[in-house]
Amino acid sequence: MEIDPFIFRLSIFILSIFIGYYVVWSVTPSLHTPLMSVTNAISSVIIVGAIIAGLAGSKDNIFTISNILGFLAISLAAINIFGGFLVTQRMLKMYKKKKKDK
Amino acid sequence: MSANLSAIFYLVSGVLFILALRGLSSPETSRQGNFFGILGMVIAITVTFLSVGNFSSGLIYVLIFLLVGGLIGAFIAYKIPMTAMPELVAGFHSLVGLSAVFVAISAFLNPEAFNLGSPGAIKLASLIEMSIGAAVGAITFSGSIIAFLKLQGIMSGSPITFKGQHFLNALLLISILVLSYLLCSSQSSNFFWILIAVSFLIGFLLIIPIGGADMPVVISMLNSYSGWAAAGIGFTLENTALIITGALVGSSGAILSYIMCKGMNRSFFNVILGGFGATEQSASTGNKEQRPVKSGNAEDAAFLMKNASSVIIVPGYGMAVAQAQHALREMVDTLKKNDIKVTYAIHPVAGRMPGHMNVLLAEANVPYDEVFELEEINNDFANADVAFVIGANDVTNPAAKTDPQSPIYGMPVLDVEKCKSVLFVKRSLSPGYAGIDNELFYKDNTLMLFADAKKMTEDITKNL
Repeated sequence: MEIDPFIFRLSIFILSIFIGYYVVWSVTPSLHTPLMSVTNAISSVIIVGAIIAGLAGSKDNIFTISNILGFLAISLAAINIFGGFLVTQRMLKMYKKKKKDK
Repeated sequence: MSANLSAIFYLVSGVLFILALRGLSSPETSRQGNFFGILGMVIAITVTFLSVGNFSSGLIYVLIFLLVGGLIGAFIAYKIPMTAMPELVAGFHSLVGLSAVFVAISAFLNPEAFNLGSPGAIKLASLIEMSIGAAVGAITFSGSIIAFLKLQGIMSGSPITFKGQHFLNALLLISILVLSYLLCSSQSSNFFWILIAVSFLIGFLLIIPIGGADMPVVISMLNSYSGWAAAGIGFTLENTALIITGALVGSSGAILSYIMCKGMNRSFFNVILGGFGATEQSASTGNKEQRPVKSGNAEDAAFLMKNASSVIIVPGYGMAVAQAQHALREMVDTLKKNDIKVTYAIHPVAGRMPGHMNVLLAEANVPYDEVFELEEINNDFANADVAFVIGANDVTNPAAKTDPQSPIYGMPVLDVEKCKSVLFVKRSLSPGYAGIDNELFYKDNTLMLFADAKKMTEDITKNL
Protein backbone atom coordinates (compact mmCIF):
# COMPACT_ATOMS: atom_id res chain seq x y z
CA MET A 1 0.00 0.00 0.00
CA GLU A 2 1.23 3.44 -0.87
CA ILE A 3 1.79 6.04 1.81
CA ASP A 4 -0.45 9.06 1.63
CA PRO A 5 1.63 12.24 0.87
CA PHE A 6 -0.13 13.79 3.85
CA ILE A 7 1.94 11.56 6.12
CA PHE A 8 5.13 13.00 4.64
CA ARG A 9 3.92 16.53 5.26
CA LEU A 10 2.93 15.57 8.78
CA SER A 11 6.43 14.18 9.34
CA ILE A 12 7.99 17.43 8.13
CA PHE A 13 5.66 19.33 10.44
CA ILE A 14 6.42 17.29 13.55
CA LEU A 15 10.17 17.31 12.94
CA SER A 16 10.09 21.07 12.36
CA ILE A 17 8.39 21.55 15.71
CA PHE A 18 11.34 19.78 17.32
CA ILE A 19 13.85 21.82 15.34
CA GLY A 20 12.00 24.95 16.40
CA TYR A 21 12.03 23.83 20.01
CA TYR A 22 15.81 23.36 20.14
CA VAL A 23 16.68 26.35 17.98
CA VAL A 24 14.49 28.75 19.95
CA TRP A 25 15.83 27.61 23.32
CA SER A 26 19.29 28.52 22.12
CA VAL A 27 18.21 32.06 21.26
CA THR A 28 19.77 34.43 23.78
CA PRO A 29 17.09 36.12 25.95
CA SER A 30 18.36 39.57 25.03
CA LEU A 31 17.27 38.90 21.44
CA HIS A 32 13.73 37.75 22.24
CA THR A 33 12.14 40.88 20.79
CA PRO A 34 13.94 40.53 17.43
CA LEU A 35 12.99 36.83 17.57
CA MET A 36 9.33 37.79 17.70
CA SER A 37 9.60 40.29 14.87
CA VAL A 38 11.53 37.90 12.64
CA THR A 39 9.14 34.99 13.28
CA ASN A 40 6.43 37.43 12.34
CA ALA A 41 8.13 38.17 9.07
CA ILE A 42 8.78 34.55 8.15
CA SER A 43 5.27 33.38 9.04
CA SER A 44 4.13 35.78 6.33
CA VAL A 45 5.47 33.30 3.81
CA ILE A 46 1.73 32.64 3.74
CA ILE A 47 1.98 35.17 0.90
CA VAL A 48 2.65 32.22 -1.45
CA GLY A 49 -0.97 31.16 -0.96
CA ALA A 50 -2.13 34.71 -1.54
CA ILE A 51 -0.14 34.95 -4.78
CA ILE A 52 -1.63 31.69 -6.07
CA ALA A 53 -5.09 33.04 -5.25
CA GLY A 54 -4.34 36.37 -6.87
CA LEU A 55 -2.93 34.91 -10.09
CA ALA A 56 -5.72 32.36 -10.51
CA GLY A 57 -8.63 32.95 -12.82
CA SER A 58 -9.20 33.70 -16.44
CA LYS A 59 -8.46 36.82 -18.45
CA ASP A 60 -12.11 37.81 -18.65
CA ASN A 61 -12.71 37.85 -14.95
CA ILE A 62 -9.90 38.57 -12.57
CA PHE A 63 -12.09 40.22 -9.97
CA THR A 64 -13.83 37.24 -8.43
CA ILE A 65 -14.09 37.32 -4.65
CA SER A 66 -11.38 34.68 -4.52
CA ASN A 67 -8.98 36.91 -6.50
CA ILE A 68 -9.76 40.03 -4.52
CA LEU A 69 -9.17 38.25 -1.22
CA GLY A 70 -5.89 37.04 -2.68
CA PHE A 71 -4.86 40.61 -3.54
CA LEU A 72 -5.76 41.85 -0.07
CA ALA A 73 -3.88 38.99 1.58
CA ILE A 74 -0.84 39.84 -0.56
CA SER A 75 -0.84 43.39 0.79
CA LEU A 76 -1.31 42.29 4.39
CA ALA A 77 1.47 39.71 4.16
CA ALA A 78 3.75 42.18 2.35
CA ILE A 79 3.33 44.72 5.16
CA ASN A 80 4.48 41.99 7.52
CA ILE A 81 7.37 40.79 5.41
CA PHE A 82 8.90 44.20 4.74
CA GLY A 83 7.95 45.60 8.13
CA GLY A 84 9.10 42.52 10.01
CA PHE A 85 12.48 42.07 8.36
CA LEU A 86 13.31 45.78 8.30
CA VAL A 87 12.39 46.42 11.91
CA THR A 88 14.41 43.35 12.93
CA GLN A 89 17.38 44.67 11.02
CA ARG A 90 16.95 48.07 12.64
CA MET A 91 16.94 46.47 16.08
CA LEU A 92 19.88 44.16 15.45
CA LYS A 93 22.00 47.06 14.25
CA MET A 94 21.69 48.62 17.69
CA TYR A 95 23.25 45.69 19.54
CA LYS A 96 26.87 46.64 20.03
CA LYS A 97 29.68 45.18 22.04
CA LYS A 98 31.71 47.12 24.55
CA LYS A 99 34.48 49.13 22.93
CA LYS A 100 37.87 47.55 23.51
CA ASP A 101 39.72 50.82 24.23
CA LYS A 102 38.46 51.13 27.77
CA MET B 1 8.52 25.12 -13.26
CA SER B 2 7.82 21.52 -12.36
CA ALA B 3 6.09 20.74 -9.09
CA ASN B 4 9.06 18.74 -7.84
CA LEU B 5 11.56 21.47 -8.56
CA SER B 6 9.47 24.11 -6.83
CA ALA B 7 8.99 21.77 -3.85
CA ILE B 8 12.77 21.58 -3.53
CA PHE B 9 13.07 25.35 -3.60
CA TYR B 10 10.38 25.64 -0.92
CA LEU B 11 12.43 23.22 1.17
CA VAL B 12 15.48 25.45 0.68
CA SER B 13 13.60 28.48 1.90
CA GLY B 14 12.34 26.49 4.88
CA VAL B 15 15.93 25.64 5.79
CA LEU B 16 16.94 29.29 5.40
CA PHE B 17 14.20 30.23 7.87
CA ILE B 18 15.61 27.75 10.37
CA LEU B 19 19.04 29.38 9.92
CA ALA B 20 17.43 32.79 10.44
CA LEU B 21 16.29 31.75 13.91
CA ARG B 22 19.56 29.96 14.59
CA GLY B 23 21.43 33.20 13.93
CA LEU B 24 19.69 34.83 16.87
CA SER B 25 21.66 32.69 19.33
CA SER B 26 24.15 35.55 19.57
CA PRO B 27 24.11 39.21 18.52
CA GLU B 28 27.16 38.66 16.28
CA THR B 29 25.47 36.11 14.05
CA SER B 30 22.01 37.66 14.20
CA ARG B 31 22.37 40.05 11.28
CA GLN B 32 23.52 37.23 9.04
CA GLY B 33 20.50 35.25 10.26
CA ASN B 34 18.16 38.02 9.27
CA PHE B 35 19.73 38.02 5.83
CA PHE B 36 19.06 34.27 5.51
CA GLY B 37 15.44 34.95 6.39
CA ILE B 38 15.12 37.59 3.67
CA LEU B 39 16.78 35.28 1.17
CA GLY B 40 14.39 32.46 2.06
CA MET B 41 11.44 34.78 1.53
CA VAL B 42 12.71 36.00 -1.84
CA ILE B 43 13.17 32.39 -3.00
CA ALA B 44 9.68 31.36 -1.84
CA ILE B 45 7.99 34.31 -3.58
CA THR B 46 9.96 33.92 -6.82
CA VAL B 47 9.27 30.20 -7.00
CA THR B 48 5.57 30.80 -6.47
CA PHE B 49 5.41 33.22 -9.40
CA LEU B 50 7.31 30.81 -11.65
CA SER B 51 5.30 27.76 -10.71
CA VAL B 52 1.92 29.41 -11.23
CA GLY B 53 3.21 30.69 -14.54
CA ASN B 54 -0.04 32.50 -15.30
CA PHE B 55 1.30 35.97 -15.98
CA SER B 56 -1.44 37.19 -18.27
CA SER B 57 -4.33 38.17 -16.07
CA GLY B 58 -3.82 39.18 -12.48
CA LEU B 59 -0.07 39.75 -12.47
CA ILE B 60 -0.19 43.53 -12.57
CA TYR B 61 -2.60 43.63 -9.62
CA VAL B 62 -0.55 41.12 -7.67
CA LEU B 63 2.54 43.31 -8.12
CA ILE B 64 0.69 46.50 -7.22
CA PHE B 65 -0.70 45.04 -4.02
CA LEU B 66 2.70 43.58 -3.18
CA LEU B 67 4.35 46.94 -3.68
CA VAL B 68 1.74 48.88 -1.71
CA GLY B 69 1.97 46.47 1.22
CA GLY B 70 5.76 46.52 1.08
CA LEU B 71 5.91 50.32 1.13
CA ILE B 72 3.51 50.52 4.08
CA GLY B 73 5.55 47.89 5.95
CA ALA B 74 8.86 49.61 5.25
CA PHE B 75 7.45 52.97 6.31
CA ILE B 76 6.19 51.52 9.61
CA ALA B 77 9.50 49.74 10.23
CA TYR B 78 11.49 52.98 9.95
CA LYS B 79 9.08 55.19 11.87
CA ILE B 80 8.12 53.02 14.83
CA PRO B 81 9.71 54.03 18.15
CA MET B 82 11.30 51.13 20.04
CA THR B 83 9.00 51.67 23.01
CA ALA B 84 6.09 50.74 20.74
CA MET B 85 7.50 47.36 19.66
CA PRO B 86 4.86 45.37 21.59
CA GLU B 87 2.02 47.17 19.81
CA LEU B 88 3.76 46.73 16.48
CA VAL B 89 4.25 43.00 16.97
CA ALA B 90 0.63 42.57 18.11
CA GLY B 91 -0.51 44.49 15.05
CA PHE B 92 1.66 42.36 12.76
CA HIS B 93 0.25 39.17 14.28
CA SER B 94 -3.24 40.32 13.44
CA LEU B 95 -2.19 40.75 9.80
CA VAL B 96 -0.80 37.20 9.61
CA GLY B 97 -4.07 35.94 11.07
CA LEU B 98 -6.21 37.91 8.66
CA SER B 99 -4.22 36.88 5.61
CA ALA B 100 -4.53 33.23 6.70
CA VAL B 101 -8.32 33.72 6.80
CA PHE B 102 -8.32 35.38 3.37
CA VAL B 103 -6.21 32.64 1.80
CA ALA B 104 -8.42 29.95 3.32
CA ILE B 105 -11.60 31.60 2.02
CA SER B 106 -10.00 32.11 -1.35
CA ALA B 107 -9.04 28.43 -1.52
CA PHE B 108 -12.54 27.45 -0.44
CA LEU B 109 -14.17 29.53 -3.19
CA ASN B 110 -11.72 28.60 -5.94
CA PRO B 111 -10.28 25.17 -5.05
CA GLU B 112 -9.23 24.44 -8.65
CA ALA B 113 -6.53 27.10 -8.48
CA PHE B 114 -4.99 25.27 -5.53
CA ASN B 115 -5.47 21.74 -6.90
CA LEU B 116 -7.91 20.84 -4.15
CA GLY B 117 -10.87 19.60 -6.15
CA SER B 118 -13.86 21.60 -7.31
CA PRO B 119 -16.34 23.80 -5.38
CA GLY B 120 -18.73 21.57 -3.46
CA ALA B 121 -16.39 18.61 -3.86
CA ILE B 122 -13.25 19.69 -2.07
CA LYS B 123 -11.00 16.89 -0.84
CA LEU B 124 -11.86 15.99 2.74
CA ALA B 125 -8.33 16.37 4.12
CA SER B 126 -7.97 19.79 2.46
CA LEU B 127 -11.27 20.90 3.88
CA ILE B 128 -10.22 19.99 7.41
CA GLU B 129 -6.85 21.73 6.99
CA MET B 130 -8.58 24.76 5.54
CA SER B 131 -10.98 24.99 8.48
CA ILE B 132 -8.12 24.73 10.97
CA GLY B 133 -6.14 27.41 9.15
CA ALA B 134 -9.13 29.72 8.90
CA ALA B 135 -10.25 29.18 12.52
CA VAL B 136 -6.81 29.68 14.06
CA GLY B 137 -6.18 32.62 11.74
CA ALA B 138 -9.42 34.29 12.79
CA ILE B 139 -8.66 33.73 16.49
CA THR B 140 -5.19 35.22 15.98
CA PHE B 141 -6.65 38.21 14.18
CA SER B 142 -9.29 39.26 16.69
CA GLY B 143 -7.11 38.33 19.68
CA SER B 144 -4.23 40.44 18.38
CA ILE B 145 -6.52 43.38 17.70
CA ILE B 146 -7.63 43.34 21.35
CA ALA B 147 -4.01 42.97 22.51
CA PHE B 148 -3.04 45.89 20.28
CA LEU B 149 -5.84 48.10 21.65
CA LYS B 150 -4.89 47.24 25.23
CA LEU B 151 -1.19 47.93 24.66
CA GLN B 152 -1.92 51.18 22.84
CA GLY B 153 -4.07 52.25 25.78
CA ILE B 154 -7.12 52.72 23.55
CA MET B 155 -8.75 49.97 25.55
CA SER B 156 -8.36 49.76 29.32
CA GLY B 157 -5.69 47.31 30.47
CA SER B 158 -7.85 46.03 33.28
CA PRO B 159 -9.34 42.59 32.73
CA ILE B 160 -12.93 42.40 31.58
CA THR B 161 -14.69 39.46 33.17
CA PHE B 162 -18.29 38.39 33.37
CA LYS B 163 -20.21 35.48 34.76
CA GLY B 164 -20.21 32.32 32.69
CA GLN B 165 -17.24 33.48 30.64
CA HIS B 166 -15.38 30.18 30.71
CA PHE B 167 -18.56 28.30 30.03
CA LEU B 168 -19.26 30.47 26.98
CA ASN B 169 -15.71 29.98 25.67
CA ALA B 170 -15.94 26.22 26.11
CA LEU B 171 -19.30 26.21 24.35
CA LEU B 172 -17.87 28.19 21.42
CA LEU B 173 -14.87 25.86 21.15
CA ILE B 174 -17.17 22.85 20.99
CA SER B 175 -19.31 24.59 18.39
CA ILE B 176 -16.19 25.03 16.24
CA LEU B 177 -15.66 21.26 16.25
CA VAL B 178 -19.32 20.65 15.41
CA LEU B 179 -19.24 23.22 12.63
CA SER B 180 -16.08 21.68 11.13
CA TYR B 181 -17.80 18.29 11.16
CA LEU B 182 -20.92 19.70 9.50
CA LEU B 183 -18.80 21.53 6.95
CA CYS B 184 -16.92 18.38 6.01
CA SER B 185 -20.00 16.23 5.71
CA SER B 186 -22.15 18.72 3.78
CA GLN B 187 -19.54 20.91 1.95
CA SER B 188 -21.99 23.76 2.50
CA SER B 189 -20.35 27.16 2.52
CA ASN B 190 -22.73 28.45 5.20
CA PHE B 191 -20.98 26.36 7.82
CA PHE B 192 -17.65 27.75 6.67
CA TRP B 193 -18.80 31.36 7.21
CA ILE B 194 -20.27 30.58 10.63
CA LEU B 195 -17.07 28.76 11.57
CA ILE B 196 -15.00 31.84 10.76
CA ALA B 197 -17.41 34.18 12.56
CA VAL B 198 -17.35 32.05 15.71
CA SER B 199 -13.54 31.95 15.60
CA PHE B 200 -13.37 35.75 15.44
CA LEU B 201 -15.60 35.86 18.49
CA ILE B 202 -13.44 33.38 20.41
CA GLY B 203 -10.27 35.37 19.77
CA PHE B 204 -12.01 38.43 21.12
CA LEU B 205 -13.40 36.69 24.21
CA LEU B 206 -10.10 34.94 24.91
CA ILE B 207 -8.08 38.15 25.29
CA ILE B 208 -10.48 40.60 26.98
CA PRO B 209 -10.24 38.94 30.43
CA ILE B 210 -6.43 39.11 30.42
CA GLY B 211 -4.98 42.08 32.29
CA GLY B 212 -2.32 44.52 31.09
CA ALA B 213 0.40 42.97 33.28
CA ASP B 214 0.04 39.69 31.41
CA MET B 215 0.53 41.21 27.97
CA PRO B 216 4.00 39.65 27.49
CA VAL B 217 2.36 36.23 27.73
CA VAL B 218 -0.47 37.22 25.42
CA ILE B 219 1.83 38.54 22.72
CA SER B 220 3.95 35.38 22.83
CA MET B 221 0.84 33.23 22.75
CA LEU B 222 -0.55 35.06 19.71
CA ASN B 223 2.88 34.69 18.10
CA SER B 224 2.45 30.96 18.53
CA TYR B 225 -1.11 31.00 17.14
CA SER B 226 -0.02 32.89 14.03
CA GLY B 227 2.47 30.08 13.43
CA TRP B 228 -0.15 27.35 13.78
CA ALA B 229 -2.44 29.25 11.42
CA ALA B 230 0.34 29.42 8.84
CA ALA B 231 1.01 25.70 9.25
CA GLY B 232 -2.69 24.93 8.73
CA ILE B 233 -2.65 26.85 5.46
CA GLY B 234 0.65 25.15 4.60
CA PHE B 235 -1.06 21.76 4.79
CA THR B 236 -3.89 23.02 2.59
CA LEU B 237 -1.49 24.32 -0.04
CA GLU B 238 0.81 21.30 0.37
CA ASN B 239 3.65 23.77 0.74
CA THR B 240 6.75 22.67 2.66
CA ALA B 241 8.10 26.18 3.31
CA LEU B 242 4.84 27.15 4.97
CA ILE B 243 4.62 23.96 7.03
CA ILE B 244 8.21 24.31 8.31
CA THR B 245 7.77 28.00 9.08
CA GLY B 246 4.45 27.44 10.80
CA ALA B 247 5.97 24.79 13.06
CA LEU B 248 9.00 26.99 13.86
CA VAL B 249 6.91 30.04 14.70
CA GLY B 250 4.39 27.97 16.60
CA SER B 251 6.98 26.42 18.88
CA SER B 252 8.88 29.70 19.21
CA GLY B 253 5.79 31.49 20.51
CA ALA B 254 4.99 28.60 22.84
CA ILE B 255 8.48 28.67 24.35
CA LEU B 256 8.34 32.44 24.85
CA SER B 257 4.95 32.14 26.57
CA TYR B 258 6.44 29.49 28.84
CA ILE B 259 9.43 31.70 29.72
CA MET B 260 7.14 34.65 30.43
CA CYS B 261 4.85 32.56 32.63
CA LYS B 262 7.83 31.26 34.56
CA GLY B 263 9.11 34.80 35.00
CA MET B 264 5.85 35.61 36.76
CA ASN B 265 5.52 32.26 38.51
CA ARG B 266 2.10 31.71 36.99
CA SER B 267 0.76 28.74 35.16
CA PHE B 268 -0.22 29.15 31.57
CA PHE B 269 -3.82 28.25 32.38
CA ASN B 270 -3.93 30.82 35.12
CA VAL B 271 -3.01 33.52 32.61
CA ILE B 272 -5.39 32.30 29.93
CA LEU B 273 -8.32 32.12 32.30
CA GLY B 274 -7.55 35.72 33.10
CA GLY B 275 -8.68 38.06 35.83
CA PHE B 276 -5.20 38.84 37.23
CA GLY B 277 -5.31 42.29 38.79
CA ALA B 278 -8.92 41.95 39.85
CA THR B 279 -7.93 39.86 42.87
CA GLU B 280 -5.02 42.18 43.62
CA GLN B 281 -7.05 45.21 44.60
CA SER B 282 -8.45 43.58 47.72
CA ALA B 283 -4.98 42.50 48.78
CA SER B 284 -3.43 45.93 48.48
CA THR B 285 -6.16 48.02 50.08
CA GLY B 286 -5.83 46.19 53.40
CA ASN B 287 -2.35 47.60 53.87
CA LYS B 288 -2.75 51.34 53.90
CA GLU B 289 -1.06 52.56 57.09
CA GLN B 290 1.70 55.13 56.66
CA ARG B 291 5.17 53.72 57.11
CA PRO B 292 8.35 55.74 57.28
CA VAL B 293 10.48 55.94 54.16
CA LYS B 294 13.82 57.60 53.62
CA SER B 295 13.83 59.92 50.70
CA GLY B 296 16.70 61.82 49.20
CA ASN B 297 17.66 64.06 46.31
CA ALA B 298 20.05 63.89 43.39
CA GLU B 299 23.02 65.06 45.48
CA ASP B 300 22.58 62.24 47.99
CA ALA B 301 22.33 59.73 45.19
CA ALA B 302 25.39 61.11 43.43
CA PHE B 303 27.36 60.97 46.69
CA LEU B 304 26.44 57.34 47.29
CA MET B 305 27.34 56.30 43.76
CA LYS B 306 30.59 58.26 43.67
CA ASN B 307 31.80 56.34 46.70
CA ALA B 308 30.73 52.97 45.35
CA SER B 309 32.98 50.60 43.50
CA SER B 310 30.23 48.67 41.77
CA VAL B 311 26.73 49.72 40.74
CA ILE B 312 23.95 47.54 39.34
CA ILE B 313 21.22 49.25 37.35
CA VAL B 314 17.74 47.67 37.43
CA PRO B 315 15.67 49.19 34.63
CA GLY B 316 11.96 48.63 34.13
CA TYR B 317 9.22 49.72 31.81
CA GLY B 318 8.86 53.01 33.73
CA MET B 319 12.29 54.01 32.42
CA ALA B 320 11.06 53.61 28.86
CA VAL B 321 7.87 55.55 29.58
CA ALA B 322 9.95 58.44 30.96
CA GLN B 323 12.32 58.14 27.95
CA ALA B 324 15.17 58.06 30.45
CA GLN B 325 17.37 55.46 28.74
CA HIS B 326 19.70 57.98 27.09
CA ALA B 327 20.03 60.05 30.26
CA LEU B 328 20.73 56.82 32.11
CA ARG B 329 23.52 55.87 29.75
CA GLU B 330 25.11 59.29 30.17
CA MET B 331 25.02 58.84 33.92
CA VAL B 332 26.64 55.42 33.55
CA ASP B 333 29.34 56.86 31.28
CA THR B 334 30.21 59.38 33.97
CA LEU B 335 30.33 56.64 36.58
CA LYS B 336 32.62 54.56 34.42
CA LYS B 337 34.98 57.50 34.04
CA ASN B 338 35.32 57.39 37.82
CA ASP B 339 36.34 53.73 37.59
CA ILE B 340 33.07 52.43 38.96
CA LYS B 341 31.96 49.07 37.63
CA VAL B 342 28.44 49.26 36.20
CA THR B 343 26.22 46.44 35.04
CA TYR B 344 22.54 46.14 34.17
CA ALA B 345 20.16 43.52 35.58
CA ILE B 346 17.09 42.61 33.56
CA HIS B 347 14.14 40.61 34.80
CA PRO B 348 12.51 38.26 32.27
CA VAL B 349 9.23 40.18 32.38
CA ALA B 350 10.67 43.70 32.47
CA GLY B 351 8.98 45.66 29.72
CA ARG B 352 5.87 44.70 27.82
CA MET B 353 7.23 41.86 25.71
CA PRO B 354 10.06 39.31 25.88
CA GLY B 355 13.44 41.03 25.56
CA HIS B 356 11.88 44.48 25.30
CA MET B 357 14.20 46.10 27.84
CA ASN B 358 17.29 44.78 26.05
CA VAL B 359 16.23 46.49 22.84
CA LEU B 360 15.57 49.77 24.64
CA LEU B 361 19.01 49.68 26.26
CA ALA B 362 20.66 48.73 22.98
CA GLU B 363 18.96 51.72 21.38
CA ALA B 364 20.57 53.93 24.01
CA ASN B 365 23.97 52.49 22.99
CA VAL B 366 24.38 50.32 26.05
CA PRO B 367 26.78 47.49 25.06
CA TYR B 368 24.94 44.18 25.25
CA ASP B 369 27.74 42.50 27.20
CA GLU B 370 27.06 44.80 30.17
CA VAL B 371 23.45 43.63 30.33
CA PHE B 372 22.68 40.49 32.32
CA GLU B 373 19.67 38.27 32.85
CA LEU B 374 18.26 37.49 36.28
CA GLU B 375 20.02 34.14 36.81
CA GLU B 376 23.36 35.50 35.66
CA ILE B 377 23.46 38.48 37.97
CA ASN B 378 21.30 37.71 40.98
CA ASN B 379 24.24 36.55 43.12
CA ASP B 380 26.16 39.75 42.43
CA PHE B 381 23.77 41.99 44.36
CA ALA B 382 25.24 40.87 47.68
CA ASN B 383 28.67 42.13 46.58
CA ALA B 384 27.52 45.35 44.94
CA ASP B 385 27.53 48.70 46.67
CA VAL B 386 24.58 50.39 45.03
CA ALA B 387 21.52 49.12 43.21
CA PHE B 388 19.90 51.80 41.09
CA VAL B 389 16.27 50.84 40.44
CA ILE B 390 14.74 52.95 37.72
CA GLY B 391 11.19 52.39 36.51
CA ALA B 392 11.03 48.84 37.88
CA ASN B 393 8.99 47.87 40.89
CA ASP B 394 7.29 44.50 41.25
CA VAL B 395 10.31 42.59 39.97
CA THR B 396 12.33 43.80 42.98
CA ASN B 397 9.70 43.14 45.64
CA PRO B 398 11.15 40.91 48.37
CA ALA B 399 7.59 39.95 49.34
CA ALA B 400 7.77 37.43 46.51
CA LYS B 401 10.29 35.52 48.64
CA THR B 402 9.00 36.17 52.14
CA ASP B 403 5.24 36.70 52.14
CA PRO B 404 3.16 33.66 51.15
CA GLN B 405 0.07 35.91 51.23
CA SER B 406 1.41 38.12 48.47
CA PRO B 407 -0.11 37.58 45.03
CA ILE B 408 3.36 37.55 43.51
CA TYR B 409 4.71 35.03 46.05
CA GLY B 410 7.08 32.61 44.35
CA MET B 411 7.82 34.86 41.42
CA PRO B 412 11.57 35.06 40.73
CA VAL B 413 12.75 38.54 41.76
CA LEU B 414 16.02 40.44 41.65
CA ASP B 415 17.70 40.36 45.08
CA VAL B 416 18.11 44.12 45.11
CA GLU B 417 17.77 44.43 48.91
CA LYS B 418 21.06 42.54 49.37
CA CYS B 419 23.01 45.53 48.07
CA LYS B 420 24.67 47.84 50.58
CA SER B 421 22.33 50.60 49.50
CA VAL B 422 19.39 50.81 47.15
CA LEU B 423 18.43 53.90 45.18
CA PHE B 424 14.85 53.72 44.04
CA VAL B 425 13.74 56.26 41.43
CA LYS B 426 9.99 56.56 41.45
CA ARG B 427 7.43 59.28 41.14
CA SER B 428 5.47 58.35 44.26
CA LEU B 429 4.89 55.47 46.63
CA SER B 430 2.02 54.19 44.52
CA PRO B 431 2.02 50.45 43.86
CA GLY B 432 3.31 49.00 40.62
CA TYR B 433 1.66 47.23 37.74
CA ALA B 434 0.59 44.24 39.83
CA GLY B 435 -1.09 46.65 42.23
CA ILE B 436 0.81 45.67 45.38
CA ASP B 437 2.97 47.48 47.87
CA ASN B 438 6.74 47.00 47.69
CA GLU B 439 8.49 46.07 50.96
CA LEU B 440 11.71 47.48 49.56
CA PHE B 441 10.50 51.09 49.97
CA TYR B 442 10.62 50.80 53.77
CA LYS B 443 13.99 49.08 54.19
CA ASP B 444 16.74 50.89 56.07
CA ASN B 445 19.19 50.72 53.22
CA THR B 446 16.72 52.09 50.67
CA LEU B 447 16.80 55.71 49.61
CA MET B 448 13.75 56.78 47.65
CA LEU B 449 14.30 59.36 44.93
CA PHE B 450 10.91 60.85 44.18
CA ALA B 451 11.09 62.41 40.74
CA ASP B 452 10.62 61.84 37.07
CA ALA B 453 13.13 59.18 36.04
CA LYS B 454 14.69 61.22 33.25
CA LYS B 455 15.01 64.42 35.27
CA MET B 456 16.44 62.62 38.29
CA THR B 457 19.04 60.79 36.20
CA GLU B 458 20.14 64.04 34.57
CA ASP B 459 20.40 65.76 37.96
CA ILE B 460 22.51 62.93 39.34
CA THR B 461 24.87 63.19 36.37
CA LYS B 462 25.31 66.91 37.07
CA ASN B 463 26.21 66.15 40.68
CA LEU B 464 28.71 63.41 39.95
